[in-house]
Amino acid sequence: MTCEIDIAGLTKRFVTNTVLDGIDLCLKPGERVAIIGPSGTGKSTLLRCLNWLDRPDAGRIAIGDLSVDAAHASRAEILALRRRTGFVFQNYALFANKTARQNISEGLTTVRGWSAARAAQRADEILTQIGLADRGDSYPAALSGGQQQRVGIGRAMALEADLLLFDEPTSALDPEWVGEVLDLIRSIADGRQTILIVTHEMQFAREIADRIVFMDGGRIVEQGTPSQIFGDPQDERTRAFLRRVG
Amino acid sequence: MRPLDTAYMWDLVPIILGYVPLTLGMAIAAMAAALILAALLAIVRVLRVPVADGAVAVFISFFRGTPLLVQLFLFYYGLPQLFPALTSIDGITAAVIGLTLHFSAYMAESIRGAILGVDRSQWEAAQSIGMTQGQVLRRIVLPQASRVAAPTLMNYFIDLIKSTSLAFTLGVTEMMGAAQKEAAGSFLYLEAFLVVAVIYWIMVEALSVGQRWMERRLGKAVAR
Ligand SMILES: Nc1ncnc2c1ncn2[C@@H]1O[C@H](COP(=O)(O)OP(=O)(O)OP(=O)(O)O)[C@@H](O)[C@H]1O
Ligand SMILES: [Mg+2]
Repeated sequence: MTCEIDIAGLTKRFVTNTVLDGIDLCLKPGERVAIIGPSGTGKSTLLRCLNWLDRPDAGRIAIGDLSVDAAHASRAEILALRRRTGFVFQNYALFANKTARQNISEGLTTVRGWSAARAAQRADEILTQIGLADRGDSYPAALSGGQQQRVGIGRAMALEADLLLFDEPTSALDPEWVGEVLDLIRSIADGRQTILIVTHEMQFAREIADRIVFMDGGRIVEQGTPSQIFGDPQDERTRAFLRRVG
Repeated sequence: MRPLDTAYMWDLVPIILGYVPLTLGMAIAAMAAALILAALLAIVRVLRVPVADGAVAVFISFFRGTPLLVQLFLFYYGLPQLFPALTSIDGITAAVIGLTLHFSAYMAESIRGAILGVDRSQWEAAQSIGMTQGQVLRRIVLPQASRVAAPTLMNYFIDLIKSTSLAFTLGVTEMMGAAQKEAAGSFLYLEAFLVVAVIYWIMVEALSVGQRWMERRLGKAVAR
């Protein structure tokens, strides 16, 4: 099967520090891939480069018929790439001046040009889906961490992106809210949405992912099915990491 | 010491009040123009637009670094010698333009500070869903920044109202000019300028009440 998302030779340096050192990754349609690895390894940077929040220095990102050469990306290509990738932030990053409903509808009106009424209706559908039908008029400041993160996920879902990126979506949450957010991500994963998720929740990764990618030092060290990676890791670095977290 | 001629003062009140619309009109016109200009200047600085950024920095530095009175004189009496077309400009227009430029420089700095104070994650979240830089500014960043900058901008508006009295030096008969004219006939300078002072004071106090009310409302909108 061909790649829906095809990342080739993706490289990112911060000054002289090479944080991504030629990442190659292929995601098939509907595939759910979890990235694990030690801190400071470039996991967030990889996700951020795919959404162009960080500008990669070299490599190629292809999503469907869109292919962006990092070194020569035009402004239009960057916008197109962002519209095809949804990003869920560790710290939610909801628009503080918008209600839950507006957070979800904003991209539909501003970016996709929908009418306000149509976007609000779609936002209400998503609010129901994320279990917040009654909180549409609440501002982020009035929502719990778990509710905010569910709105953050709803905002990313609204764009119907080809690829959803989750960067440690539960790490900033109080333990009491982790379950509801994981449940929501699980239900999205069940819908065959193509997902790339960075997580420290190993049990969750094992449960929802088709494939686990282990990163270290800006490279993909090893990848395979959850049972391969968790049951029979080949690389010593993977084994050391799993001993530490497991 | 002589007693205050309060009867004269009461007679003056309606005369001076008659000039309040002119004072407020100049202040509101200058404030509206200065707000727009200041937002543009602030955006140029925040986005570090090549070339324009440097020019804006010099503009702001000049208008903050020289007295308003000097700027008004330079503009009204000085520039027409360079550009004869400006001779036809009247004092009111000159004052409004001068006040606009002067206050836009100050306001640009507070708007810029407020924009930079908006959390970086707000920019990132907006860009992540595919908004252009202009959309991010208009829809997400400026609304949040204006909430932060509003009290400061309101203070500038109060300052601006008081500064319209300088239009008097460009030959405009506004509140101050009217009082001056009245006093020149009666020689009751103390009474005339006291009336002007009290009317300014009341206007500013009324605005301050409005300002506190607005701040409470804005505060509520965020934390519901
Ligand atoms: N804006 C930046 N400027 C300079 N260095 C950066 C920047 N962002 C990240 N880095 C560096 O890049 C490296 C990788 O960071 P990244 O956040 O991608 O790691 P991570 O794998 O997500 O780690 P964690 O598990 O702690 O989230 C780190 O050494 C970090 O210090
Ligand atoms: Mg990270």
